[in-house]
Amino acid sequence: MAEYKGILVHCEVAEGKLTSMATELLGGGRKLADDLGEPLSAVLIGSGVAGLAQEVIAFGADKVYVVEDALIKDYQTDPYIMVMEKITKEAMPQVIMLGQTSIGRDLAPRLAFHLSTTANLGCLELAVDTETKRLLQTKPVYGGNALAIFISETDPQIATVRAKAMSPLEPDPARKGEVITVDAGLAPSLIRTTVLEKVPEEVAGIKLEDAEVVVAGGRGIGGPEGFQQLEDLAKLLKGAVGATRPPCDNGWVPTGQQVGLTGKIVTPDLYIAVAVSGASQHMSGCSGSKNIIAINKDEEANIFREARYGVVGDWKKILPAFTEKLKELLAG
Amino acid sequence: MANVIVCVKQVIDPEAPPASFKIDAAANKVVPPTGISPVLDPYAEYAVEAALKIKDTVGGKITAVSLGTGQLRDVVKKPLSMGADELVLLEDEAFAGGDSWSTAYALAMAIKKLGEYDLILCGREASDWNAGQVGSGIAEILELPSVTLVKKIEIIDGKARVERATDNGYEVIEVSLPALLSISHEIGEPRYPTIKGIMAAKKKEPISWAPGDIGVEPSQIGVAGRRTKLTKLFQPVREGKCEIIEGESPEDAGANLAKRLREAKIL
Ligand SMILES: Cc1cc2nc3c(=O)[nH]c(=O)nc-3n(C[C@H](O)[C@H](O)[C@H](O)COP(=O)(O)OP(=O)(O)OC[C@H]3O[C@@H](n4cnc5c(N)ncnc54)[C@H](O)[C@@H]3O)c2cc1C
Repeated sequence: MAEYKGILVHCEVAEGKLTSMATELLGGGRKLADDLGEPLSAVLIGSGVAGLAQEVIAFGADKVYVVEDALIKDYQTDPYIMVMEKITKEAMPQVIMLGQTSIGRDLAPRLAFHLSTTANLGCLELAVDTETKRLLQTKPVYGGNALAIFISETDPQIATVRAKAMSPLEPDPARKGEVITVDAGLAPSLIRTTVLEKVPEEVAGIKLEDAEVVVAGGRGIGGPEGFQQLEDLAKLLKGAVGATRPPCDNGWVPTGQQVGLTGKIVTPDLYIAVAVSGASQHMSGCSGSKNIIAINKDEEANIFREARYGVVGDWKKILPAFTEKLKELLAG
Repeated sequence: MANVIVCVKQVIDPEAPPASFKIDAAANKVVPPTGISPVLDPYAEYAVEAALKIKDTVGGKITAVSLGTGQLRDVVKKPLSMGADELVLLEDEAFAGGDSWSTAYALAMAIKKLGEYDLILCGREASDWNAGQVGSGIAEILELPSVTLVKKIEIIDGKARVERATDNGYEVIEVSLPALLSISHEIGEPRYPTIKGIMAAKKKEPISWAPGDIGVEPSQIGVAGRRTKLTKLFQPVREGKCEIIEGESPEDAGANLAKRLREAKIL
């Protein structure tokens, strides 16, 4: 039996571009490959993605597998499993890295069971154990209350990595690598799902994940009107509005604004949490922020254990005065 | 009519204050907080709610399956009190201490024994290990199609039409039945148990299956069946130095916060 060797990164493409998740994985994957002294390969799956292969190499890959087929233009579980199985057999990687995205969350576990191996989802860190050469996979568990380090006992070792946990390399357009085109060879009859429609959520202004300032509201905001005030502050600071889960569940804000374990991961310079209790599942999505500011009426709230500055009191009184004063200071 | 199987489990209350969360680092184990009762896993509850919504519209039967040891009756019977019809427990010690592999395998074998089903529902991830894999694993073992992160389900012409949450919106997917769906919170708040439901649940005896009853390989379940090793469990260190900004009034404190952030060159 051939030996499992090297790292394989699944690169997601959105609107014809490599996603930031993909370049982060390539950066992290490159480092792991160098630590192991083994090659870094990547796989591009879709339709019209071949043109991105050179860019994948520029971001650190030694080898890029390109699989194109109209049947895999959009993500679907069955055909992607078939393609990834084929690429895994060809590349024989000992590690497969995917993004902790709506695609990776679906693909990684099913692929792991399909290949009789294991996956760990939502890793923050991957490192090579110097003794065993196995991958040490660190991920939050218990909603972020604890961290666990897992080792898989079977190959390939599959991990999804959270957004912003790894850094992309500066792309080097002169970097050389090999591009291998693989025929998808899909049998349409084996695809048991049909994507009928894709409904994108419209977000006006700066994207939450990219914003340098995030103003986040919790259940204590009480309704959509309150979020308008957060919107005003976000606009002043050229930031975006985020939320805990209850405001999303209640329809005060779109679900895409949820920050946390089961929402978006943000790492802004400034995270202003208003009427947010600081549950571990929420903090799991924002604890990488440089500065957390809390406004909460409960001085015992967990958010004050995580914040750098805080005000204890009713946000309805504190926030307008805060925004007013900032306006004045920023103008002056 | 739809036959729906829902996988549920008991967990430490994930909404307990983070300060109450403790681990025994030497044993790599979580210490259950004293005085805080365990609960049904929240995402499992969303899955039960999804099953009930299906039953509300097309009728049918809901069977909950729960794997775990030391399960409190009040907790694991919650699906029944919400409106599920049957409860199957896999609570033999041999099932304990597993990972996604051994758990999915045992659940898949129990589901096989149950036989007829149109849909299997799981939560998208349990609140303890946040593995997010058991649903997909069951589907793979039973060779069923799967859709994850599901936020809406309709049964139309012998197929399921579901909405799947994606990173930037959602997609509408049609999937043949039987299928496995893992459920996200957008499905809607789980309903409260009714008095009638609670009474019915009290009277209902759960079915309990041992490994031998579902024909599992002993080497493939519980600790023995693990393919991942937990090498270390620890709590992240929080620096936790929060400077509380005061003021004569809340408004004043708000203004002082703005000044302080400016001084500290954060803004
Ligand atoms: C598996 C799992 C995954 C989850 N994923 C996520 C996730 O991704 N993101 C997420 O956010 N949650 C998630 N949750 C839910 C999470 O556990 C909490 O329930 C949620 O984050 C609480 O939101 P909150 O802080 O807005 O609400 P609460 O905990 O109810 O807190 C509201 C806060 O507002 C304060 N407040 C109220 N009124 C005022 C006022 N007038 N002025 C000032 N302060 C006020 C209160 O003191 C309180 O601290 C998840 C849960 C589970 C089990």
